[in-house]
Amino acid sequence: MIYRETGQFKTTYASDSQLFPILQDRAFVIGALVFAFVAVPFLASDYLFRAILTPFLILSLAALGLNILVGYCGQVSLGTGGFMAVGAYAAYNFAVRVPQLDLIVIFILAGLCAALVGVVFGIPSLRIKGFYLAVATLAAQFFIDWAFARIQWFTNDTPSGSVSAPPLSVLGHAIQGPVQKYLLVLSIVAVAALVARNLTRGAIGRSWMATRDMDVAAEVIGIRPLHAKLTAFAVSSFFVGMSGALWAFVYLGSWEPLAFDVNRSFQLLFMVIIGGLGSILGSFLGAAFIVILPLVLNQLPTALGIPLSTAMISHIEFMVFGALIVFFLIAEPRGLARLWAIGKEKLRLWPFPH
Amino acid sequence: MKREYRIKAAALALAVAGTLGVALDALAQSSKEIFVPVLVYRTGPYAPNGVPWANGFVDYLKLVNARDGGVNGVKIAYEECETGYATDRGVECYERLKSKHPVAYSPLSTGITYALTDKVFGDHIVLITAGYGRADSVDGAVFRWNFPMLGTYWDGADILVQHVKAKGSLKGKKIALVYHDSPYGKEPIPVLEELAKREGFELLKLPVTAPGVEQKATWLQIRQQRPDYVFVWGWGVMNSTALKEAIAVSYPRAQIYGVWWSAAEPDVVPAEMAAKGYNGLALGHSAEKTDPIHKDMIKYLYDKGQGTAANKSDIGSVLYNRGMLSAMLTVESIRAAQKKYGNRVVTGDEVRWGAEHLNIDAARIKALGVEGMMQPVHTSCADHGGVHAARIHTWDGSEWSYTSEMYTSETKYLAPMIKASAEKYAAEKKLPIEDCGKAS
Repeated sequence: MIYRETGQFKTTYASDSQLFPILQDRAFVIGALVFAFVAVPFLASDYLFRAILTPFLILSLAALGLNILVGYCGQVSLGTGGFMAVGAYAAYNFAVRVPQLDLIVIFILAGLCAALVGVVFGIPSLRIKGFYLAVATLAAQFFIDWAFARIQWFTNDTPSGSVSAPPLSVLGHAIQGPVQKYLLVLSIVAVAALVARNLTRGAIGRSWMATRDMDVAAEVIGIRPLHAKLTAFAVSSFFVGMSGALWAFVYLGSWEPLAFDVNRSFQLLFMVIIGGLGSILGSFLGAAFIVILPLVLNQLPTALGIPLSTAMISHIEFMVFGALIVFFLIAEPRGLARLWAIGKEKLRLWPFPH
Repeated sequence: MKREYRIKAAALALAVAGTLGVALDALAQSSKEIFVPVLVYRTGPYAPNGVPWANGFVDYLKLVNARDGGVNGVKIAYEECETGYATDRGVECYERLKSKHPVAYSPLSTGITYALTDKVFGDHIVLITAGYGRADSVDGAVFRWNFPMLGTYWDGADILVQHVKAKGSLKGKKIALVYHDSPYGKEPIPVLEELAKREGFELLKLPVTAPGVEQKATWLQIRQQRPDYVFVWGWGVMNSTALKEAIAVSYPRAQIYGVWWSAAEPDVVPAEMAAKGYNGLALGHSAEKTDPIHKDMIKYLYDKGQGTAANKSDIGSVLYNRGMLSAMLTVESIRAAQKKYGNRVVTGDEVRWGAEHLNIDAARIKALGVEGMMQPVHTSCADHGGVHAARIHTWDGSEWSYTSEMYTSETKYLAPMIKASAEKYAAEKKLPIEDCGKAS
């Protein structure tokens, strides 16, 4: 009853192939975007912006990139942390060595550098698949870790290895304060999500999905495997690199190579798996689960007034978080996005169950 | 089937409620108490060293409330936040506790210090990094909010070289630096490279990937190269692993020197007698257990069951004492601020003034009950460190004992290095450089 599409007739090809064909979907998404852009800056507290919304948005951009690679193209990658590091350090080097560049240009260039590195480390995917490719990308992660820790040029010869982002400014306007940073990140992520959604709906996305489902058959019908896999690596690493630059510049401000180690790669892979492989919404849901839930669990005992030591809270957080991951994967192995899709299906039939 | 969905719905609802709960303001903090956040790590690979430090820090704050009724009558409120030595969790803890108007943070991590240094400029909160942090933050003209009190890593590196030089000229000798591959471990490298040029020794840099449990290759290299001395700049499990590997390759422990964060009980107790002869820097204090302050701790806290450490024997261990002194420096900064601005809840700016005008002389040290555990501290705009002295203590299999006199770092060549590094930071961040002559 809520989701009925009766009366919604499409009279042009354009309206038929639009992003959200159902009116209720369109209204919900546009409403959510308006709420996020206009209402949240006035409603949320400083802490919510700095510690919850900004990291959630940045990591959901990274999860989006990884979902394109793992979910849409089926190439398992454990090198995401490394590609984020490439984006971060590339942005740092551009900002320090060519200070006249605008911040958005720096982020795009950082994304392109990460895309290049992603293509280079994606070349093994033409020969190996599955777990073996995961190991090859893990090698990428460690190599990139090593490169940024050892090669002094990347860190502008800082002795401590810790680099610091210069003050942010877009088109001459300085970005100060949590609300402005949140809006900057939100705009970049919204545009990126739109681009990703359209890429996955187009020919290139279909070639990715064909390669994922049955790569030999895809090759037989004329999809070039080199083209499909390397474009997946390139586009994915572009998003991941841009998110790495955002993570370093907007969230951390000052970082060392350990901020992008193998734990970050695992965290992003878990986001994609729990959120839902092959789904744009899944990247956001997975990022919310992995970023926000531990913080909630950490602060819940204090908020409820239960006196526990910080070590105990930390241990409980790990246990409950792990248990919830297992629970959600048993309940719906295809991820939170599938739960959402099922919910929508039910809403189409509601209140009639059949 | 239906119950399954109810459980799922309940789980989702709980998550949503939790998120909204976080959005609401945290427990209203009494405006009559000064808030001191405590960033600790009681879990993770660095916990063996983080736990005693945290216990010392919290115990001192409790003692000030219990024994003295607060600082000049104003009680101290504190809250722990678990960082796990991770920079992003440290930043999140910082943001979480900021709403309670903290006056000073002590993050116990050089990595987190680097990240917070950028933020405190705008937030006006003091960073007291006693015995760690950025070495160049001694320059108060640039780093107005950072206070690396008691000594920096550049001081430590210089003092170690002074000590080994006293044993015989270093020309032609080899010194290996086994360091934690993080900003903390890399801090001493500029000073050691500079000293290698001056004194004529060869510096061998051996990085150990965090968290430092894989050191077999490192110590095999040391066995091959046979350096005359090994400096260990580790933390957490890296320290005990380093000693165990040194024992495995039979490198004489008497030639190994650890920085003050690598010379504490959790590092040597796993090896016990085999680590005999291992030396470390003592940041003014060692494992004193019977000073008046410790007696006060037992009397006012542990006898009443209010102590933070698991058992009384933990009181007075090296890291416990260091945590205690960190808290003491915070409280003394608050006291100095109150002396100028009034006996009330002071703000971050006022505590900054207090930290910059600290004058803890020998008489005050005795009154605080820590005589013999610290050198007089005198901070100023030009010197946010206050004191740059340390000595060597050695493990004899069951306890630490001092084996050298007090050294002071050589400011002659350190000062220009500090100034150059601070100015580079100011230029990168486009910060104003304060004129120390005009500062109040």
